[in-house]
Amino acid sequence: MISKKDVEHVALLARLELKEEEKEMYTRQLNDILKYAHKLQQLNTEDVTPTAHVLPIKNVFREDQVGDHLPNEKALANAPDKEGNYIKVPKIM
Amino acid sequence: MSLNRMTAHELHELMLKKEVSAVEITNAVYSRIDEVEEKVKAYITITKEQALETARRVDEKIAAGEQVSPLAGIPIAIKDNICTNGVKTTCASKILYNFVPPYDATVMNKLNARHAVMVGKTNMDEFAMGSSTENSAFHTTRNPWDTERVPGGSSGGSAAAVAAGECIVALGSDTGGSIRQPAAFCGVVGMKPTYGAVSRYGLVAFASSLDQIGPFTKDVTDCALVLDAICGHDPLDSTSVKYQHPDYTQYLQNDVRGLKIGVPKEYMAEGLDPKMRRVIEEAIVTFSNLGAVVEETSLPHTEYALAAYYLIAPAEASSNLARYDGVRYGYRNVEADNVLEMFMKSRSEGFGDEVKRRIMLGTYALSAGYYDAYYNKALKVRTLIKQDFDKAFEKYDLLLSPTTPGPAFKVGENTADPVQMYLQDIFTLSVNLAGIPGISIPCGFVDGLPAGLQLMGKPFSEGTLLRAAYTFEQNTEFNRQCPAF
Amino acid sequence: MAQWEAVIGLEVHVELKTNTKIFCHSSTEFGGDPNTHVCPVCLGLPGVLPVLNKKVLEYAVKAGLALNCKIAPFSKFDRKNYYYPDLPKNYQISQYDLPIAEHGYLDIEVDGRTKRIGITRLHMEEDAGKLVHQGTIMTTPYSLVDYNRTGVPLIEIVSEPDMRSPEEAKAYLEKLKAIIQYTGVSDCKMQEGSLRCDANISVRPVGSTEFGTKTEIKNMNSFKALQKALEYEMQRQIEVLEDGGRIIQETRTWDEAKGVTVSMRSKEEAHDYRYFPDPDLVPVVMDPEWVEEIRESLPELPDARKRRYVEQYGLPEYDAMVLTLTKEMADYFEEVLEGYPQPKTVSNWMMGDFSRLLNANQVEITSCKVSPAQLAELLKLIDKGTISGKIAKSVLEDMVETGKAPAEIVEEKGLVQISDEGELSRIIDEVIANNPKSVEDYRSGKKKAMGFLVGQTMKATKGKANPALVNKLLSEKLQ
Repeated sequence: MISKKDVEHVALLARLELKEEEKEMYTRQLNDILKYAHKLQQLNTEDVTPTAHVLPIKNVFREDQVGDHLPNEKALANAPDKEGNYIKVPKIM
Repeated sequence: MSLNRMTAHELHELMLKKEVSAVEITNAVYSRIDEVEEKVKAYITITKEQALETARRVDEKIAAGEQVSPLAGIPIAIKDNICTNGVKTTCASKILYNFVPPYDATVMNKLNARHAVMVGKTNMDEFAMGSSTENSAFHTTRNPWDTERVPGGSSGGSAAAVAAGECIVALGSDTGGSIRQPAAFCGVVGMKPTYGAVSRYGLVAFASSLDQIGPFTKDVTDCALVLDAICGHDPLDSTSVKYQHPDYTQYLQNDVRGLKIGVPKEYMAEGLDPKMRRVIEEAIVTFSNLGAVVEETSLPHTEYALAAYYLIAPAEASSNLARYDGVRYGYRNVEADNVLEMFMKSRSEGFGDEVKRRIMLGTYALSAGYYDAYYNKALKVRTLIKQDFDKAFEKYDLLLSPTTPGPAFKVGENTADPVQMYLQDIFTLSVNLAGIPGISIPCGFVDGLPAGLQLMGKPFSEGTLLRAAYTFEQNTEFNRQCPAF
Repeated sequence: MAQWEAVIGLEVHVELKTNTKIFCHSSTEFGGDPNTHVCPVCLGLPGVLPVLNKKVLEYAVKAGLALNCKIAPFSKFDRKNYYYPDLPKNYQISQYDLPIAEHGYLDIEVDGRTKRIGITRLHMEEDAGKLVHQGTIMTTPYSLVDYNRTGVPLIEIVSEPDMRSPEEAKAYLEKLKAIIQYTGVSDCKMQEGSLRCDANISVRPVGSTEFGTKTEIKNMNSFKALQKALEYEMQRQIEVLEDGGRIIQETRTWDEAKGVTVSMRSKEEAHDYRYFPDPDLVPVVMDPEWVEEIRESLPELPDARKRRYVEQYGLPEYDAMVLTLTKEMADYFEEVLEGYPQPKTVSNWMMGDFSRLLNANQVEITSCKVSPAQLAELLKLIDKGTISGKIAKSVLEDMVETGKAPAEIVEEKGLVQISDEGELSRIIDEVIANNPKSVEDYRSGKKKAMGFLVGQTMKATKGKANPALVNKLLSEKLQ
């Protein structure tokens, strides 16, 4: 069972600010989904290797050659706030 | 027949014969958009000027006697999660409401090199999360067969645009059924290629190990043509397979004799609309009559696929969507006093409910103490599901199933209960988990609404899928039917 | 009162000297205008994908082999999820449970004893960007972000908690830096941030085998800072424990100006990085042949070079160690030997006056104006008797400043040694005439008076007299 406190913790990890009613909604809905997901526990998977990649690809590399950079104005074109060549953000602390 | 109702291969012929110009085709499509877009709402962004410019260039090339590709001058709609240089790419999310990519997705480079004409960017469920296009932050797309109903999702805009004649072909993306399900709902052809067949570079990631770009078309021939254009190894995508794909049009043969087709019994079971079952059974008879060997088979871990999928996809998504924080692009809450507050507020205000739900679920599934119980367990179950398919393909060339449990549902019908909505993907998402190709083709009607038939094949057997689909299409009339409106 | 010892482990980040970033083709060059060495991939734009730079893998393996690690036959990349504005994707691509190299070691020398320090693991990861504040991070009204450094390749090298004192920690870091520099995979410049070090430290009574509660120390920007910070932290922990208190497991930052470690404001959330395999990258399966190729490409490493200096050149252990501490120093030494094949003399000059001058002028040996050939030439001038050893020291000073050839300086300043017997004889006669008291002393058996007379002769010649000749002539004349 996932509690409202769990939901609050997860929301902070995910950088989501939830309203009170959202916390309650997500607590209920996540429980529904996880209850459904619980059926996986019926399966014995002790000797099964997890599949993170569905295709057996390995060793994909690029050569160490410099390519085109984005010009600064293009790199910053979508930034909500900037100063000079920099992207501007509110204070960290 | 009006130009916008025709297929790409028909229009290509007409252009080569100089009976019609690319500009005329493009104009026909935009006239149709003017006529019906208000009701369908398939698009987020229309790129008319750019489209006419490309069409004019194609006409010049043809006039100059230059060789042009089968997609030259063909109006194509692009799902709004595929990055287009200089054209807004929003993923139907408030958080990217103004994002203009400074680069093109690899598939766009390929289409541009072939002088396909981009009509616009299509509506979708936000970040491709949904099965109805109701999760768009901007508007809900309607099903051209019945505007009370959803077009499916997440690529609902692309499917509806093709069905309504608002483009000739379209691109979508498929993570758990997001091409095949809306194709089925809208009565068009939709294919999810083998994982790694089409470059994901420039496709805004939802679940990286499942996402794949694919075509929406009116018939199987066009599907082969678009596939030909977008497949191929890309050095910018590490998961792109080094594979010289064949000319897919060579598989357009009206012949399924001797083809072994398995019908997984788990896909014909509980949850399937009885009318849908009947349509699929008729399709099975059609294949048998055409000389294919059709047998019942089993994919025993099918019942676990949905649970595994709804842990794996959200887990990857929770990380993929972390970058939308208001710093470099997209929506930012400007009142926030510090960075943490800006992150929290920008993301809460920028994402819709379903996206937040999946981010929460995925974050939880990866968090300390739950990784093994949820995420890693799901990856193991994924192995079992893949093994089911491997085993089935030892015996069968193809697997056949319904694409969806029922026909298009009504707008608002499934929005209250997430699990009910997730059940829409029950027949499609195993294909993504296994990384194999799947195609949905029109196979009949249920209460006047299109029904989709899904064919699944082993990795890189797109050719076989096309051959079977083409044969079915040549011997039935379903794909020639258009919504009356 | 109990005797305490420290238990220290270091986490060292080293920037690799590749042309391009770890997952994209942007340049790694240091010092470009802000946000100009960027592309869609390192900016983390929607839709982009990483592709591993092969050179990064090669360099990581090279460093791993130099540190006696086992190279993993199968390795993969994972995402480390956390939010920070200098991290464009809000996850860092790193390696979690299957790093490229593990189970290595290096040997350090402290107080004349050799000690082996274990290396737990070495893994590849991407660097973050840079935040610019007005004043400090605590007081700035807003911050500016530069993503040039984002995606620069790093290797993180994690040691075992094998060090028992701040000196050992410093020796470990020096040795690690030497080895990495020798391999050529990094500049290891602490000032530019291409070598960064965090430390985990706890204390326990000598003889105890259990670990105490540790703290993590950050922001140590030099070897000296590392040692001072650890000395401070060790003392702080001992005092807390001796007062009956408990150590809190926390991250502390070294305040260089105040000379103290300060608790970083306790973060509201515990870290939960939610590592999982990066689905955008594929596993690395090392070809054993390639590993061998890389192993063969390794240069002679500090320990081997040191051994060779003792065996081949007959240098004392200490000289050999100091000379091989940096590759640049050792290379320089060997180049001087080419022009002047007397190892001990060269060693004395390099460890003595030359090093002192470099330090005083704050120049690195690589950017020093004196070429190895010039240093050899200087030593030859002494042997030839052109100048005395004493004059040579002042000539070297000029060389370091101007980069001129020693012969040129000697010529310009008229420093050529007086070895003309007739001329010297005349000067000595004058000295004898002017110092009858000393002459008498000498003759009456006070042999020390000879030294004074030599000194007077040198003074009269402004140091240019050939000392051997002065001794000889004086002895003859005083008989």
